[in-house]
Amino acid sequence: MRLNEHPVLKFKRGREVTIYFNGQPVKAYEGEPIAAALHAAGIKVLNYSANEKRPRGLFCAIGKCSSCLMIVNGIPNVRTCITLVEDGMRIEPQRGKAKLPKEAKPPEFRDAKVVKADIVVIGGGPAGLMAAIHAADAGASVVLLDENPMLGGQLVKQTHKFFGKREQFAGVRGVEIAKILEKEVRKRDNIEVFLETSAVGIFQEGDEKLVLGVRKNKELIEFRGRALIVATGAMEKMIPFENNDLPGIYGAGAIQTLMNTYGVKPGDRVLIVGAGNVGLILAYQLVQAGVEVEAIVEAMPKVGGYFVHAAKVRRLGIPILTRHTILRAEGKERVERAVIAQLDENWKPIPGTEKVFDVDVIALAVGLRPSIELLHQAGCQIRFVRELGGHVAVRDEWMETTVRGIFVAGDTAGIEEATTAMLEGKIAGIAAALRLGIAEESWVKEIERAQRDLEEFRSGPFGRHVAEGIRKLLAGVGENV
Amino acid sequence: MSEVPPYLQRGYITPEELFEIIPKPSEERLRARPVAVPECPQEIPCAPCREICPTSAISMPTPNDIPVVDYEKCIGCSLCVQICPGLAFFMVHYVGNKARITMPHELLPLPERGEEVVLLNRVGEPVGKGKVLTVVPREKTKGDTPIITVEVPIELAWEVRAVKVER
Repeated sequence: MRLNEHPVLKFKRGREVTIYFNGQPVKAYEGEPIAAALHAAGIKVLNYSANEKRPRGLFCAIGKCSSCLMIVNGIPNVRTCITLVEDGMRIEPQRGKAKLPKEAKPPEFRDAKVVKADIVVIGGGPAGLMAAIHAADAGASVVLLDENPMLGGQLVKQTHKFFGKREQFAGVRGVEIAKILEKEVRKRDNIEVFLETSAVGIFQEGDEKLVLGVRKNKELIEFRGRALIVATGAMEKMIPFENNDLPGIYGAGAIQTLMNTYGVKPGDRVLIVGAGNVGLILAYQLVQAGVEVEAIVEAMPKVGGYFVHAAKVRRLGIPILTRHTILRAEGKERVERAVIAQLDENWKPIPGTEKVFDVDVIALAVGLRPSIELLHQAGCQIRFVRELGGHVAVRDEWMETTVRGIFVAGDTAGIEEATTAMLEGKIAGIAAALRLGIAEESWVKEIERAQRDLEEFRSGPFGRHVAEGIRKLLAGVGENV
Repeated sequence: MSEVPPYLQRGYITPEELFEIIPKPSEERLRARPVAVPECPQEIPCAPCREICPTSAISMPTPNDIPVVDYEKCIGCSLCVQICPGLAFFMVHYVGNKARITMPHELLPLPERGEEVVLLNRVGEPVGKGKVLTVVPREKTKGDTPIITVEVPIELAWEVRAVKVER
């Protein structure tokens, strides 16, 4: 079902087109991904597991998992969450491992288009956008690529107002910040943007970093720069429970993408797992979209996110059950029920405390882990730092990794807030331009300012653990792990 | 974990818990004119309320400190209610045997001036009915959040924190 009215969003849809699911026409709008259009038509089963028995649906909705792979115009393994609809497209559910079409000829490497700039930025979220803007202002030419169809990263679905200081956009909604940053990027002649373009590998060739990109699933592009900023964000975590692969179980971010970016209702009744900021904010946004939230379950004995977010959903009548967890999902082809239970002091479910919720959606808001695959492949030193969300690249105070000329920023560098992602992006962008000898030395002051802002943001109880994680990382430069 | 304050276990704070953290405005002050009360007991990195306050009534030495309002300096302008990203500021004004509560309302439908609405407490339970006195649509606020002022029985002044529009 599509949303038309919303208290804080306006949905602008493109031209109406028709796509075909198993030969049946489905109404869609230009500018929306295939999976969103199918959801609007009530189609949630997108493919089947390797043994072809278990139905699977959308999970991350930002191109990071393989839960939405479908066969599009005869081509298998298409990530339908970030592939836009086109009139007349033929879409079929994928069953297990798909066979590649025999007649298709993959592009050859020597045909690849070459795009050069001083600095290549991978990722168009808050960190990547700020990195590009500041690198460009410091005098560098920049090319920015992102595999999603729009700039802004996760800002495009964040309808809540930001915290922090007003000079860091506090009091402004994430969706609005995305628009502001995109406008800034677009008005700079020395930034070139490539959307729907996936970075699939990083190589060193002489003085240059070579990033292999694939545009719209078919066109190979070689991005070359002397410095590289990786701002690829993070990936939703999954937790083990029975039937956790049923269609209707999503990462919290996927529901936000469907609902807030594309105006598609994820379902009618929702159970949320996780009372961190993401779970709490999601609950509020679901109510704003007219969806019922049955409860939020949280394994910890307290709300993990900001208290004010919890208060906001409690006064709308949504229970938050601390010391509770999900035991299983039930349903045939999609979620029909969720069974939860209370946890004892040892985090074990207490028999007899089970409760059943009739829901068609289960949202997992159980944390994020940094997307470091490209950094790993490029040979950056990686270290496990619990406080930063998992494995992260070792880096210095200028956000430079152990591979000279490769910088990180945002959630890729450690799970935190969009506010800190923007500050890190600013540092990485300027630092890369300084390293290349392009930026004037006076730009060092701007880095120091951003470092002070970061320190201030992280000085409270919520930022302290991140600060501790960063101390561990900085201490690890050059060390073997 | 034994130090977890009850409001973090439940997700809402009682007036008693709140007033152990910040002072309660005096009866006299509540009668004089609207006064801003922050329900923001946790140290989070956030400061727009302090930054927007035209009379510097909100003290917060660093953005991680909790906001404390100097009720004598507060002129009841509602800018903090409009800007607060946590929707945690409310204004309270005692008038006769009624209280006027100003709160954010980011849901559809937006009530209309004069409309009777269901009053909700901090856990979303209906506790009575009240009349909407003013509505400021989001386009006219400083923080992109619509705010409304509702008249409630005075004994519910510290209970009502949301409304439900029934049409």
